[in-house]
Amino acid sequence: MSKTIYEKPHSLTETNFHYCPGCSHGIVHKLVCEVIDELEIEGKTIAVEPVGCAVTAHNYFNFDVVQAAHGRAPAVATGLKRALPDRVVFTYQGDGDLASIGTAETVHSATRGENITVIFINNTIYGMTGGQMAPTSLPGQVTQTSPYGRDTHTQGYPVRICEMLATLDGPSYIARVSTDSVPHIKEAKKAIKKAFENQVNGKGFSIVEILSTCPTNWGMSPVEAMERLRKEMIPYYPLGVFKDVEEVNE
Amino acid sequence: MSEKVLMKGNEAIGEAAIRSGCRHFFGYPITPQTELSAYMAKKMPKIGGVFLQAESEVAAINMVYGAASAGVRAMTSSSSPGISLKSEGLSYIAAADLPCVVVNMVRGGPGLGGIQPAQSDYFQATRGGGHGDYHLIVLAPNSVQELAYLTAEAFNLSEEYRIPAMILGDGTIGQMMEPVDFDLIPEPVYAQKPWATNGTEGKREKNVTETLFLEPSELEERVFEREKKYDVVRENLQRYKSHDTDDADIIIVSYGLTSRVVETAVKILRSEGIKAGAIRPITLWPFPEKVFKEVHPKAFLSVEMSMGQMVEDVKLACDCSVPVHFFGRTGGVIPTPDEVVNKVKEILKEVE
Repeated sequence: MSKTIYEKPHSLTETNFHYCPGCSHGIVHKLVCEVIDELEIEGKTIAVEPVGCAVTAHNYFNFDVVQAAHGRAPAVATGLKRALPDRVVFTYQGDGDLASIGTAETVHSATRGENITVIFINNTIYGMTGGQMAPTSLPGQVTQTSPYGRDTHTQGYPVRICEMLATLDGPSYIARVSTDSVPHIKEAKKAIKKAFENQVNGKGFSIVEILSTCPTNWGMSPVEAMERLRKEMIPYYPLGVFKDVEEVNE
Repeated sequence: MSEKVLMKGNEAIGEAAIRSGCRHFFGYPITPQTELSAYMAKKMPKIGGVFLQAESEVAAINMVYGAASAGVRAMTSSSSPGISLKSEGLSYIAAADLPCVVVNMVRGGPGLGGIQPAQSDYFQATRGGGHGDYHLIVLAPNSVQELAYLTAEAFNLSEEYRIPAMILGDGTIGQMMEPVDFDLIPEPVYAQKPWATNGTEGKREKNVTETLFLEPSELEERVFEREKKYDVVRENLQRYKSHDTDDADIIIVSYGLTSRVVETAVKILRSEGIKAGAIRPITLWPFPEKVFKEVHPKAFLSVEMSMGQMVEDVKLACDCSVPVHFFGRTGGVIPTPDEVVNKVKEILKEVE
């Protein structure tokens, strides 16, 4: 007799990912959809997809999706959630989208305590446009628009979104996780689940920053990319929970 | 029994919107339209509606995009510099075929300009404003009563055609107080919204609100489809008012506040035996071009609070079959009836 020990979440479609080999988007899509399945919220979930590599994420999601203009996903999600307070609304955004062009929308949806969930993919580079410097690119990082390495004197320093948002009273839950190893992926799923549960329970703004890879634009193999994430990104972007209103209250 | 109340134009929009079933308003302060936000801030919480002051005009229009995609009647308002910021969002809303209502209480420009009334956003409103092939339904009221009426119409038309609608007023229309009777505004007519992204509830296929089509032929096909819809609107929605046009030697074309100046000018001209008439476009897009084929003056005069924007549509509408003249004041200056009268006399001298 056979027993199912693993299956694709229902809220994830059968469509093959267009993402490059070794890219973390596939992992994160699966985690998000597993959480949606486990919370049994597929029929009431609406995703807001960004401009970036995940701009066609609706091909992979079995629920309603709204495509936002670059950086505006939190504002679009605000409009959706205010119109449909009993629905689950989440944004899925990259670092250029969330931490550069959409900084204002990010900060203000957070400080309003908007009851939405934000999934933030930080891979320190603009992926879809072919590897330009991101607000989160590390000092010295070589990209198409920082060909001599990010020079902090002229190109500034990386933005640490979780730490910045943690100074606000509005957010309910802020965590940074990683996709570089199985234990970290398990932690990532826990954080994503909490960020969705918070919304279902009306606790307000939750964001999970997920340190991710971009082997193609980093010019690395998938394995090398995971190494870089572990050795260079995690030291600069420490993992952990930066704010959890529940814990403070308890 | 209907009852007239004395109200500011901006507040009348708010009341008309609420009576039209709008429960989602996303605003950002800017003179001269802030009274509308203030009205909504006061009223919405009491009727279970949403008033939200966004962090920017950009965010406000994207909140409208989100709420509209959810299927509710949503609205934002601003004045010229703020409409420039909203133009990105308007392009996306038009591309996603979403209904919504946007108010522009125009002030002098360009740049920060001034805070006095102007009509210098005509091109921006009727030619799109944002990027891409798209149109807004643009409605231009000339009184507080009509402002209320057209606000209600804007919601209905926008839903019927799935085209965002804009109320193009000006600082004076928004600020002035006039009697208004809300019993005279149209009842809300709600369209079915099977396209709304409001959760599948496991009962239907997923809906996607999208504006990206990387395959050129697919994008072209969508633009073609939208253009067919625009053709229907061009055919069905042209609205205008006219007076004294039958025997007119000259017809003055003006919209909004300016049309009231022109009305006085026409009275003065007629009292002096000069055969002047007037056409007032109420829909600026679609432009009421049909009426221009039905009148036979020796010349047209477009009077605007701009350097001459609608005048181009007048030329197109009459195929330049007779001379089309222009008179305008701008930067917040309102033309006077005497200035219009003098301009008409100048033109008629040339014609004769």
